[in-house]
Amino acid sequence: MNCSIRKLSLTGLLLLLVLACVLDISAGAVRIPLHDIFRILFSRAPAADASWSFIVDKIRLPKAITAILAGCGLSVGGLQMQTLFRNPLADPGVLGITAGASLGVAAVMLTGGSMTTIYAIKELGPSGSWLIACAACVGAGMAMLLVLVLSGRLRDNVMMLIIGLMIGSVTLALISIWQYFSNPDEVKDYLLWTFGSLGGVTGKQLSILGLIVGVGLIAAWLSSKMLDALLLGENYARSMGLTVRRARTIIVCTTSLLAGVITAFCGPIGFIGIAVPHLARLCFNTSSHRILIPACCLIGAILLLLCDCISQWPGTQAVLPINIITSLVGAPLVILLLVRRRNLSINAYR
Amino acid sequence: MSSPLLYAKNLSTGYHSGGRKIVVSAGLPELEIDRGRMICLLGANGSGKSTLLRTLAGLQPALGGTVAVGGATHLSPADLARRISLVLTDRVVGTNLDVYSLVVLGRYPWSGWLGGLDAADRSAVGRAMDAAGIMDLQHRKVHTLSDGESQKVMLARALAQDTPLLMLDEPTAHLDLPSRIRLMRLLHTLTREMNKGILLSTHELDLALQVADELWLLQSGGVLHKGAPEDMVLEGAFEAAFAGEDVVFDRATGVFRIHPEGGPAIRLEGDGTLAFWTRRALQREGFTVIREETADRVVRIIEEKSAPRWVLETAGASRSYTSIGALLRELK
Repeated sequence: MNCSIRKLSLTGLLLLLVLACVLDISAGAVRIPLHDIFRILFSRAPAADASWSFIVDKIRLPKAITAILAGCGLSVGGLQMQTLFRNPLADPGVLGITAGASLGVAAVMLTGGSMTTIYAIKELGPSGSWLIACAACVGAGMAMLLVLVLSGRLRDNVMMLIIGLMIGSVTLALISIWQYFSNPDEVKDYLLWTFGSLGGVTGKQLSILGLIVGVGLIAAWLSSKMLDALLLGENYARSMGLTVRRARTIIVCTTSLLAGVITAFCGPIGFIGIAVPHLARLCFNTSSHRILIPACCLIGAILLLLCDCISQWPGTQAVLPINIITSLVGAPLVILLLVRRRNLSINAYR
Repeated sequence: MSSPLLYAKNLSTGYHSGGRKIVVSAGLPELEIDRGRMICLLGANGSGKSTLLRTLAGLQPALGGTVAVGGATHLSPADLARRISLVLTDRVVGTNLDVYSLVVLGRYPWSGWLGGLDAADRSAVGRAMDAAGIMDLQHRKVHTLSDGESQKVMLARALAQDTPLLMLDEPTAHLDLPSRIRLMRLLHTLTREMNKGILLSTHELDLALQVADELWLLQSGGVLHKGAPEDMVLEGAFEAAFAGEDVVFDRATGVFRIHPEGGPAIRLEGDGTLAFWTRRALQREGFTVIREETADRVVRIIEEKSAPRWVLETAGASRSYTSIGALLRELK
């Protein structure tokens, strides 16, 4: 019975993913007929309007792929953190990785002077610049190294969680100091970056994002057995033959990789990482990570694609930042699902 | 198979805290667990039972001495997990776990690298659930289980791990009396039928005296007495262990006495079940029950065909009662 429900969920979600993809590519300021989109995507034949194929190929398709990658990566990272820390509120940001990336970006934007930033932003938009992406990667990597060094000295995952939160808090304080002494234009640039954006990741950047997220997702899936064992707590996991410290290092590395690279290219995108694992558990009614990880990928991708569609605000030129939409749309959705399905109570974690 | 399942020598247990060693038990005697033996580890709260158990199980390193499992020391965590399975006091908070999946986790040391199960794994899970009597629970979510059910499920998980040695940390805590007895009986059966070695820590002295093949009585500081339960009672190990505390072990009945001795003496004549319960009642009322003829009050039990009678003789007077309750009301 359970198995058939799972198959049903899976088919439904796959259909939804295709639908969300098409919807996302067709949404935007320029209205392109659906059959033209399909023609551009699949036949390579020239479209009725030459600019349409540029819009689809160079803007909308990369944006949809970015949304799928970011949705997968953030959801799986969130799932890993929720299992590692046995905490329903954990997300990929709890390790301080996102904050580290933000610090890197802030350092470039706020101290580099407006010359570099203005150049970078004019060139590729606030989220797509190599400079910003590299700065974010360096920041995230340093936060990850710090977390790893500290985690080697700890036996307890809860301490690890606290340390991650502290690193995040210190990092944000540093950014605040920087903002306080910067001029308003630079602060605004930085603020724009923190709103997150799925657009602007194209070409080489998209391949790098795809490669790293792919590696991270495969590593996460391969560690699903370890994650399953950690569901019972560290002591039981150890008694079943898991080397807890090594498992923690692998999981921290994977999540850092996913969260770091996504934050670097898209800015900090909240909410997806917390919410999607809960949705995946609800849909598939299981705790096995072999199933939950692909489920998170599917649901995360769908959710972020839909959020991106909404952010285009059909019929207008305005594009709302993705970070606002994920929270505005997603949070009520999760509340609704949790209230309707009490069996996945937060109590279960206590 | 000559080497015991577990053998520990010169063991010191404890933990590191801030670069310092905190010793819980030092210089423990040689400890040995063989196949088919059920060993109960007793000791007051804070005497180091859990620390000893965790050290023997390899969850925490020993501060000194060696632990050999199946004759081998320094086993890898994976090898250790194939020889020792554990039931701990940690509460399992289910992240959507159902009972079947939890028991399946017990196959962790044996299953494939993605956690896939083969036919042997599946049959081991089935046998474990059957032995623990939780077949009807398998689709329930873990967080909906009662304490007793939860304990049985954790036992099933340990059984699915299919190890010769099983260690349980206070498995009877939080259980009602029938569940405690059932669990102890089940564990005892496992040692006899599946030839497993079992070490469990408990506060249930009366149950331990009934089921254990061997008792380990741990006192704080690392003094550990061990032996067959009956020998330990007769040698006065329990009186010695709890000397200085305000509880008294009654060697004659094998239980700790709640009511302190030292009240007025009363002589009890009679035997069998009636005498046993009359004695308990008198002790509760603060009397010191003796057999000698020095007491000025005597309770004599007269067993008649229809119903027993209790005769109370005080300074020449003699009155008869039809129940212990009536007798006690008079004595007050």
